[in-house]
Amino acid sequence: MTRLTRCSAAELAARIHAQDITAVEVTRTHLDRIAAVDPALHAFLHLDGPAALAAAAAVDDGLRRGDPPASPLAGVPLALKDVFTTVDMPTTCGSRMLQGWWPPYDATVTRKLRAAGVVIVGKTNMDEFAMGSSTENSAYGPTRNPWDLDRVPGGSGGGSAAAVAAFEVPLAIGTDTGGSIRQPSAVTGTVGVKPTYGGVSRYGLVAFSSSLDQGGPVARTVLDAALLHEVIGGYDPLDSTSIDAPVPPVVQAARAGATGDLTGIRVGVVSQFRGDGYQPGVRRAFEVAVSRLRELGADIVEVSCPSFDHALPAYYLIAPSECSSNLARFDGMRYGLRVGDDGGRSAEEVMSLTREAGFGPEVKRRIMLGTYALSAGYYDAYYGQAQKVRTLIIRDFAAAFDQVDVLVSPTTPTTAFRIGERVDDPMAMYLSDLCTIPANLAGNAALSVPAGLSDDDGLPVGLQVMAPALADDRAYRVAAAYEAARDDADGGPLVQRVPDLEVAAR
Amino acid sequence: MPTISRDEVAHLARLARLAVTEEELDLFAGQLEVILTSVARVGEVAAADIPPTSHAVGLTDVFRADVPRPGLTQQQALSGAYATEDGRFRVPRILDES
Amino acid sequence: MTAALMDYDEVLERFEPVLGLEVHVELSTATKMFCGCANVFGTPPNTQVCPTCLGLPGALPVLNGVAVESAMRIGLALNCSIAPWCRFARKNYFYPDMPKNFQTSQYDEPIAVNGSLAVELSGGSLFTVEIERAHMEEDTGKSLHVGGSDGRIHGASHSLLDYNRAGVPLIEVVTKPIEGAEARAPEIARAYVTALRDLLRALNVSDVRMDQGSMRCDANVSLMPRGSSTFGTRTETKNVNSLRSVERAVRYEMCRQGAVLASGGRIVQETRHFDEATASTSAGRRKETSEDYRYFPEPDLVPIAPSDDWVARLRTTLPELPWQRRARAKTEWGLSDLELRDLVNAGALDLIAATVDAGAPAAEARSWWVSYLSQQANSRGVELADLPITPAQLARVIALVAEGALTNNLARQVVDGVLAKEGEPDEIVAAHGLAVVSDDAALTAAVEQALAAAPDVAEKIRGGKVAAAGAIVGAVMKATGGQANAQRVRELVLALVSA
Repeated sequence: MTRLTRCSAAELAARIHAQDITAVEVTRTHLDRIAAVDPALHAFLHLDGPAALAAAAAVDDGLRRGDPPASPLAGVPLALKDVFTTVDMPTTCGSRMLQGWWPPYDATVTRKLRAAGVVIVGKTNMDEFAMGSSTENSAYGPTRNPWDLDRVPGGSGGGSAAAVAAFEVPLAIGTDTGGSIRQPSAVTGTVGVKPTYGGVSRYGLVAFSSSLDQGGPVARTVLDAALLHEVIGGYDPLDSTSIDAPVPPVVQAARAGATGDLTGIRVGVVSQFRGDGYQPGVRRAFEVAVSRLRELGADIVEVSCPSFDHALPAYYLIAPSECSSNLARFDGMRYGLRVGDDGGRSAEEVMSLTREAGFGPEVKRRIMLGTYALSAGYYDAYYGQAQKVRTLIIRDFAAAFDQVDVLVSPTTPTTAFRIGERVDDPMAMYLSDLCTIPANLAGNAALSVPAGLSDDDGLPVGLQVMAPALADDRAYRVAAAYEAARDDADGGPLVQRVPDLEVAAR
Repeated sequence: MPTISRDEVAHLARLARLAVTEEELDLFAGQLEVILTSVARVGEVAAADIPPTSHAVGLTDVFRADVPRPGLTQQQALSGAYATEDGRFRVPRILDES
Repeated sequence: MTAALMDYDEVLERFEPVLGLEVHVELSTATKMFCGCANVFGTPPNTQVCPTCLGLPGALPVLNGVAVESAMRIGLALNCSIAPWCRFARKNYFYPDMPKNFQTSQYDEPIAVNGSLAVELSGGSLFTVEIERAHMEEDTGKSLHVGGSDGRIHGASHSLLDYNRAGVPLIEVVTKPIEGAEARAPEIARAYVTALRDLLRALNVSDVRMDQGSMRCDANVSLMPRGSSTFGTRTETKNVNSLRSVERAVRYEMCRQGAVLASGGRIVQETRHFDEATASTSAGRRKETSEDYRYFPEPDLVPIAPSDDWVARLRTTLPELPWQRRARAKTEWGLSDLELRDLVNAGALDLIAATVDAGAPAAEARSWWVSYLSQQANSRGVELADLPITPAQLARVIALVAEGALTNNLARQVVDGVLAKEGEPDEIVAAHGLAVVSDDAALTAAVEQALAAAPDVAEKIRGGKVAAAGAIVGAVMKATGGQANAQRVRELVLALVSA
């Protein structure tokens, strides 16, 4: 039998819809795979096999009745980052604060997935409240990188990326505030997309930094990501920042791109993201990727975006500021953990004890940083100034997109680092998001597509493709063309070269 | 270069309702100092005449019709509570009116 | 502990009072400010809640368009400029009745700024209060303090939270510092709140019930020594829940601050609470650290940018405002200045006008409000407007009388029923069987009985003394508990006697 877990979501869906295989069989196969490898990986915080099989059976029943599939992905298993609310599973955000919290409502993304017949098998591990670049900040222990179990899978969505890379599921949902979809995808050899801000509803996405957070797809192929993008994207009246416009034609763009022609497409290489501080193997892999784009017919130009140098500091003021406010609600009064309620202490004391016990060090650090940046007397110098830098970054993007159709850069400066390597050095950790942050600050679309292995350590490298807001399809087209060419040259998709974990797990 | 004292960290922790330990005060004072020194680079940008951006998308005037929609039942509302009493969330004594 | 108080006249000799009034008004929209939960009062706890107003993780706000229009209409009626672009901000502080631990409020970008409201004082003169701003925000939930004495916060063992009110739309109207009020400062404070209440009622944007908390006033008071041009330190008195209390709280603070300053003390900038029972204010707990609300623009809501067209259209929806209504009432009802002033002082004018708008003749409407209902308000110790009867309900009662379905006596019983919250007039008529009896069979029997009981009277009528019929009509009315149609009874008496 073909290894179903190695199939793309598009292939699985086609076979399920043709009733060549059943969704139940596909789901069961993936659940078996999870059972075999997740003890070594720890990509999942919660699994619900029976519910997943029931959802799959419902898809099969419909198909047997002759109903058309609810969506092009009906019957395909998916892992949901544990930051989206689900009525039938806990939602913990990787935090002790929300251990065992069962939300009374579904996120819009959850609702759309269910309506599309996508089979949600479980919730994936993440840095606590999506703050981190390694998934080591999860209160429930780190996730490991399937390419090397001693290394991190990136973060914050390390669970989603690792689950997809390890063939536990063909699809996952992540969220990207400063790179939390793209950076894990880069270091796990998967495809991760941050859609245009406002393209995917944030209703039910537990907020880290409201003006930056965006949900998006994680997959092993560009087409699969596009198919998932169209399922979760679109206007939501429950999110005031949701864009009331059709989802960009990303599936069409992915299919068009796969024909491999980029003639006339102008690709800008961001000069700010190719200097020192990049792992040599990453830099070389990036240069090879750029050459390949040129071979596909793209016009390559170097583009300077000087404000991008200030993106990282601006981000580390804006995101902590917003998080200090967003996370204020976790106080033990209405839901979640409560600590120290001995009948004598006041609500104020219990709130402080609860927050002290419920949040990990990175979350506390950012809450205090944000509290500082928003304080009277510091606001203008920090938060206010960071928002001005944000304007400059938007202007740099606008000027760049006057010259080119897309911008490219390495997704992250290094390959996956070792577990524990950066935990005591917050600034080193923050550098992981250097190249991904500008797109969050400006709100435009960006993705990471596998760009081979770094020649110095044999670990995956990601190529970031950035497109203007609402032109997500452009990034897909370029990424799909690149993916096809790279796969041809290397004799198959990169991710198929991930070590066999069933052996490794023993 | 910003400096942040242990007392300032303690003040921030109070504002943020975090009952931090003595060890954490030392740890965070050091780390926040490093981070703030780094992020203070935003101040290098000459941006006096640059308008701030609070929202990445340029939407305005997004409104909802004034039409009721079903919310949660009392049971759902209270489902995550640590303690309840008479249909209400039970919380420790509150010190004073805000 | 009661504070030393300075004699009121001495306060004015030595100081000039400066006021600032902040009035919070709950809008009577169908739904809350940022979610679709019903905006209703008095339902079981935590039944008008959803993920958004409970502050559940992941939930997001979406602004109620009608609340925005109400805010703009209030701004326009207060002669404010409407901001061409404004945002919401987050006011960050922890408090258990606030589910997100921040309040979504307008901070430095209010929707309406720089207006004025002319308020009428008891002598008929006008005093113009400058309005600084009107802005939108959301209400908090309600806490119930358990285990202490009489439900007070102090000494409570724990508290219980109900979030039905959380997220109810509020408009806060803030005055500029009110100078030059002098001895009339307390009266002006009351007149301003009254005028604002009448304005909001005319706009039909709020219930404006101070007793139910849908309109709440915070009074800032400071004293400036004569000869100085620098404002003194102010106190903010909260919990002022009636018009009378507004006046009393201002007066009390003036006398208290006067005594403190005269004895060489300093006024502390603080929040004080007004106690209705003692008509005094007391200091709240001092915060050990100064508040730092860390305002920043609300990222979950997009800016509001009212177009000129939108503002112009809203301007056309403004109803006749109280002062315009007064001018019209004077001409249309032919009132003298004195009569008009009496009606205004009694708080009856707008109620009468609203009753007339609901279809009642002006004379009847006026008569009800200034006599029977005024007596009821007095005996209950409430404002006329706070009686639990609406102009529409009264107009219905008046209509029932005009139709002959009620006598005046029965009408009072129906009004009593409405005041006792028994329901709508028609329901009360039905429930108590109060309708006038016009059924000839029943009336004929009653008339025959009355005639038989008084053969001498019957004889007189027969003899041409038609006026004597009154005695029989009276007897029938008594026998039917006042429910008989007196006109019909009279006709029947005359018919039966001459038969």
